This record gives sequence, C-alpha cells and structure tokens, in this order.
Amino acid sequence: MKRAILNLRWPLAVFVVVILAWHGACIAFKIPAYILPPPSAVAAAVAERHQNLIHAFQITAVEAAGGFLLSILGGISIALLFAQSPIIRRSLYPYTLVLQTVPIVAIAPLILMWFGSGVRSVMGVAFIICLFPIIANTTQGLVSVPRNLMDLFRMSNASRAQTLMRLQLPHAVPALFVGLRISSGISVIGAITGELFASSNAVGQGGLGYSIVYANSQLQTDYLFALVLTASVLGFMFFFLVVGLEWWFLHHWHESAMKADAE
Amino acid sequence: MNPSPESKPAAPADSQPEFIRLNQVTKRWPNGSVVLNGLDLSVERGEFISLIGPSGCGKSTLLRLLSGLSPLTSGSIRLDGMTPDNAREIMSFIFQDATLLPWRTVQGNVELGLELEGRLTRDQRRERATKLIELVGLSAVAGHYPRQLSGGMRMRVSIARALAIRPRILLMDEPFGALDEMTRDFLNEEVLRLRDNDQFTTFFVTHSVAEAVFLSTRILVLRANPGEIAREIPVSFSIPRTPALRSAPEFLSKVGEVSAALRAVKTAV
Repeated sequence: MKRAILNLRWPLAVFVVVILAWHGACIAFKIPAYILPPPSAVAAAVAERHQNLIHAFQITAVEAAGGFLLSILGGISIALLFAQSPIIRRSLYPYTLVLQTVPIVAIAPLILMWFGSGVRSVMGVAFIICLFPIIANTTQGLVSVPRNLMDLFRMSNASRAQTLMRLQLPHAVPALFVGLRISSGISVIGAITGELFASSNAVGQGGLGYSIVYANSQLQTDYLFALVLTASVLGFMFFFLVVGLEWWFLHHWHESAMKADAE
Repeated sequence: MNPSPESKPAAPADSQPEFIRLNQVTKRWPNGSVVLNGLDLSVERGEFISLIGPSGCGKSTLLRLLSGLSPLTSGSIRLDGMTPDNAREIMSFIFQDATLLPWRTVQGNVELGLELEGRLTRDQRRERATKLIELVGLSAVAGHYPRQLSGGMRMRVSIARALAIRPRILLMDEPFGALDEMTRDFLNEEVLRLRDNDQFTTFFVTHSVAEAVFLSTRILVLRANPGEIAREIPVSFSIPRTPALRSAPEFLSKVGEVSAALRAVKTAV
C-alpha cells in the first residue's frame, strides 16, 4: 500500500505542474474562457453540474460496457472459429482487418441509420470498434501453443475439444487480456462516437457524446472540459477493471502478472 | 521394401513375438535427405535402451517415429503388436523441456494424462497423482505452480506425469540435457529407482556417455548421414545400480568403450 502511494508521487507531481502551468497561461495570455477555461472554471463546472455529468456518465458507461461485453463474447467466438483451421483463418482474417481499418466515424452513421438512434446502436458502434483487438489477440494465443505441448496432448490421444479447452484456451488467456486492455479504452471512444451521431435525433439529454456536442454548440467550454474529464475517468475505470481481472486470472502462473506482483 | 499394412497383427506363428520390433525403418524429409536408413531392431520387455550419436543421426527422430508423432517413410514399427498410433495408451513421452502447463499446479500437471484418458474417477486420479508426487519427492510443493519450481523439480513433475498413466514404454528425449550435473546424476538415480518400482521399457536419447552407461541395459551408437546404428553395446551391470557404480573401474572402462565408439562414428563422417 505504501509502495502504491510512493508510485503515485511522480504522476501527481506532473499533474500539479500541468494544472499550475495551465492556470498561469490562462492569466498571462488573457485567454478567453470560451477558448480555454482556467482549471478553476472546469472544477466549478464539475461541482455545479455534477448531476448532469453523473447522468451522462451512466448512460455512456452502459453503452460502452454493453458493446465491450458483446465484443468479448463475439471476439472469443470468432477466435475459436479461426483457431479451427488455417484455411478458415486465411479466408476470413482479411475481413476482420476491415473492422480495424475502416474509420469508425464512417460506419457509425450507417449503424445508426440501420438500427435507429437508440442505446442499441451506440452499443453496436462500441462493439465494432472493440472487436478486432480481441479477435486478433485471442486467435494469436490459441494458435501459438508450443509444439511440445501440442505433442503432449497428441500422445495422450486428446480429442480436439480437450485440446481446445485444456490447452489452447488457457494458453490464450494472457493474449486475450492484451486485447481486452486495448478494447476497454476504445469501448468508451466507440460509445461516444456513436452518441455524436445519435444526438441529432435523440430526445432529451443523452450520454457524454451527446453532451459534448451540446456543450460545444453552446460554447460552454468549461462544461466541455468537465465532460471530457468524465469520459477519461470512464475509460480509466474500464481499463483498471480489466487489469484487476487480469491479475486475478493470471497472477498464479503468468509472467506479466508476476512482474506486477514483484513491483 | 514395402511397408506392411498398418492393421496387420505382428508375429508370424513360428516365433515368439518380440515386445518391440523395428523393421527397415526409414525416414526421409520432404527434401529427400535421409534421416534414418533401414533401421532394424528388436527390444525385449524391460530393456533400457540409450540412443547416442552426433547431431543429425536421427535419434530424436526415432523417438518421434516410435511415438507416432511423426510418420514413417517406409518400414514398420510394432510395439507390443501395435502400430505407434495405437500404442499411445501404453506409451509416455518425456520431452527435452518439462512441458508443464504453467496454469496448473504440480498436482494438476501430474493428473493431466489421466484426465485426458478419462478412465479414472476424480478421486482415483488424485490418489494416484499424489502417490507419484510423493515418489519423486515433491509432496511439499504439490500445490505450487511450475514457475515456482527449479528446473530439476520441473523435470521430476514431468516424469511423474509420464508415469501416472503406468506406461509400458517410456520415450525420453534428452530429458536432463539442460540440467546441471549434480541434478542430472540425482535424477538418473531416481529414474532407476522408479524403474525398479514399475517395469517399463525405455528409449532414452542423450548426449552424455556416462548417463547412458549408468542407466542402460543396451546402448545404440548411431551415425549420421544417413542415420544408422553403428554399434550396439550391451551394458550388463547388475540391477539395482547404486551411485557407487559411477566410480567402479568396470563402469569407467565401459564409458571409455562407448566414448571410443562415439568418436569413431564422428570422425567417420
């Protein structure tokens, strides 16, 4: 615990320096608040509108979490399919690359147009953006089992299902978590991107993305900052949730968790 | 020579079937190079055969052929009358590294073979694994994960796992090559002790002449390009063998004999 606090010393110092520099710059250069509000104004906006922030946070959290969970289910299923044969892998993998390379802002309007501008569609956007890292990493983990271990299972006349469940899948868990770490952060990006497009038709106040568009159009830059801050808090929470789960699953046996252990 | 049909039972009526019979075993890589060239060998129950020779002589390949992990190019192998593929139930393979599942404890690793076989209940598996872990002296760390163990301990887990299915044939591919000499000697003694307990027929690939002499009932010296048996050297020291054997004059002269055979093979290439 003491060590954890000590580890926070330097990031905290950076935080203080940045806040002071920001505050100083706002005063020294007489920057108008609608372009760059001073930290105190942002803090005030957080305090004043915390109910709106919490509301937006909750909506976006549900959308991002939904998309993320779906992408875990979908990603693992697709990876399991890919692990079945090199032919399947080679014929379908290029299409999953499309998920990664097509800009999400280009697909998001389509999804909203097809599935309506509700929570479901926003989840869909988060789902698509999260899918690729999970597919790619899990597949890699499933097919990179050392040859000796595969031979060991062959020598035991292990069935395909046994090899998958007792060898390939556990072996892929560390790689799966690499994918989950990446996707945890971008699930929030996906949800917010979805909301940017949903907001135009949505009735009433939506999530963080919707509020960001609103704050921007009203030149409420301090509120905008507060929203961005809230969005990154959400991303952090997802990320650390995944890191925590990773530790829980892997600390007994895996190197990466071991090192975190030793620190 | 044509390979005999895979399913044909071995043993012509006029002779006692040998436990293990290799007939003109040949292995060629797809690029045409010959790894093993027409190997003939018969092995009796309970023999401990060491394979020694320069790299490229096909000694590890021979183990992979015996285990059915790699197919023959021509010739035939019969293990207790079965093809290698069918004989897996009576065989265990001990690899060069311990090949443990890092996410399983020692206990879990030793139970693996039994679990995949699916013939014993959970309690029976646990009981047998516990006995074997005790036999290799790891009871104190049965709940530990492989990363918490030394190289020698991991190897002992690997041995316990291999013996858990009570194999009649044990294939060992240079299992102690990566260990320091003291650990290696200790494990050699352990292998002999386990063998007294549970009679299995062993094929043992090694680079160490002393190890081969200490363990074997017969040493096959292989030559490379193409891989063939250059010499067979019987080792007739009484069983059980003790560490004291290592300093006995007849042991040292046997080591000398095998070393000379090995040198002859190496210089001939």
